[in-house]
Amino acid sequence: MANVLVFTEVHDGKVKPVTLEILGKLAGQSADVAVVGDLGADQVAELAKNGAQNVHKLKGANLDKYSPEGYANALAEFIKSKNYDYVFGGATSMGKDLLPRLATKFNAGLASDVVNFVFEGGNFAGTRPLFAGKCLAKVEITGPKPHFVSIRPNALGMTASPTGGAGAAADVNANAGEIRAAIKDIIKAASTKVDLTEANIIVTGGRAMKNAENFKILNEMADVIGATVGASRAAVDSGFAPHAMQVGQTGKTVAPSLYIACGVSGAIQHLAGMRTSKVIVAINTDPDAPIFTKADYGIVGDLFTIVPIMTEEFKKLLGK
Amino acid sequence: MNVFVCVKQVPDTETKIVPTGDGSFIETSSIKWIMNPYDEFAVEQALLVKQSNPAANVTVVRVGSVKDTEALRTAMAMGADDAILVEAADNLDSYSIAKALKGAIEKSGKKPDLILAGKQAIDDDALQVPQVLAEMLNLPSVSVIVGFELAGTAVKVKREVEGGALEVYELAAPCVLACNKGLNTPRYASLPGIMKAKKKPMTQLSLGDVGVSEADRRVKYSQFRLPPEKPAGKKFDATDAAKQREVVSQVVGLLRTEAKVI
Repeated sequence: MANVLVFTEVHDGKVKPVTLEILGKLAGQSADVAVVGDLGADQVAELAKNGAQNVHKLKGANLDKYSPEGYANALAEFIKSKNYDYVFGGATSMGKDLLPRLATKFNAGLASDVVNFVFEGGNFAGTRPLFAGKCLAKVEITGPKPHFVSIRPNALGMTASPTGGAGAAADVNANAGEIRAAIKDIIKAASTKVDLTEANIIVTGGRAMKNAENFKILNEMADVIGATVGASRAAVDSGFAPHAMQVGQTGKTVAPSLYIACGVSGAIQHLAGMRTSKVIVAINTDPDAPIFTKADYGIVGDLFTIVPIMTEEFKKLLGK
Repeated sequence: MNVFVCVKQVPDTETKIVPTGDGSFIETSSIKWIMNPYDEFAVEQALLVKQSNPAANVTVVRVGSVKDTEALRTAMAMGADDAILVEAADNLDSYSIAKALKGAIEKSGKKPDLILAGKQAIDDDALQVPQVLAEMLNLPSVSVIVGFELAGTAVKVKREVEGGALEVYELAAPCVLACNKGLNTPRYASLPGIMKAKKKPMTQLSLGDVGVSEADRRVKYSQFRLPPEKPAGKKFDATDAAKQREVVSQVVGLLRTEAKVI
């Protein structure tokens, strides 16, 4: 049995769902959770329900907001005081920034953006996509312990009936150390939607959207079904949408339950970024568009008439 | 002022990836190699820094195979001054690459003021090297930057996080910055630029020269394989306006009854 620490991020007082996905998958190992800052009793209970034995709340000066150095210093000191074989975290914006730095403090390896894993005789063996999902490979870690793993959100899924843990919560005095790169300000995004990488439903517009204004019809559908709106590279490069919305090899790799591609032809680099979506719907006027080869449900037709009808049908279905 | 730009050479985004027969890596013989797209933003930012600091020297560094030096030549054709190539296999892990980059930078004898890189390479998509390099060099870093200002040694950058929100960081050079699309618009190499690049110095080093050995490997990949193909889906013709509502209603219904996703 491996001793595992799961680092969790807290957003609006709640642990990120990927933490619960990781805990569920770690059934059979001994799993603790570390958080920087405070965590409410309800969240500790949620972690315990999903298998957390101990919940360590790292508290100290200059840790009220994220900084790569402050978080890495505080976590490294804490991890050195324990005997963990593995440290897991989500491959989120913060995880991707923090975990490489933290692992290097131990001269240790990090398997990033893992989508599935098992323990083979106490050793981690993961699966991860490479070349933006055009192929998969087995990933293993060698060298000094602890070994570090980041997990792609939405990939493992939630465990239906997880094995609970003790969920013993305690404060830990932590030191941020020297922070040379600090956040001075945060510019909020115009959208309050879930990020593409964490979204359960995504509606994407391609070059056929013709302009930025037309994304309005996608936003209307997204509002009805609780989706986040994305864009293809062609749409981004044409200036219809910002790069933060881009899905594909040079944008975001996504894995929602439902992906609705509107006027997206399906270039190989786009397909790479969304092919692991559980269910794909494609709307395109060209019956031979490559996107149809990946679609579970393809609709050959004009998105400008189909999308508003679909929005109405969703409204009816959902009683809105 | 010394600016280093770390670049990687990766298969073109249109490449069809084929695993080798033994699954140890991918077939590389017929691949068209390009500079990692995110690295273009790093090269461009270095050249913009050089424009306002004409005394600045821009060195591009790459760790990878020597059979094609496209990425370094492109960077020099865009305007970088010189290049360092550390010869290595194309499937090295992030830790080894970062250590090799550190060794190459130190061996250059130039003290780095700015180290720029793409936020990720689109081959192994590990998103590690800039942060690992920063930690190895004991420098501050910010990743996924979409805004950059430099005044003396004061650096102000914008980092993109989930949902498109931006974190504004203030730090001082020397530092490591990982660049994202949206930071700038990379220039095309001009014909005179391409001619000049041929004469620019490129230092070639071995992994041994920069102190990296197989013992530095931290992550091992094996069993490269194609993802499972989905069975063909259902396709509906909604080109006839009279049938549109019926078709869409049917698909929406199937999303609930068959796919159970809504």
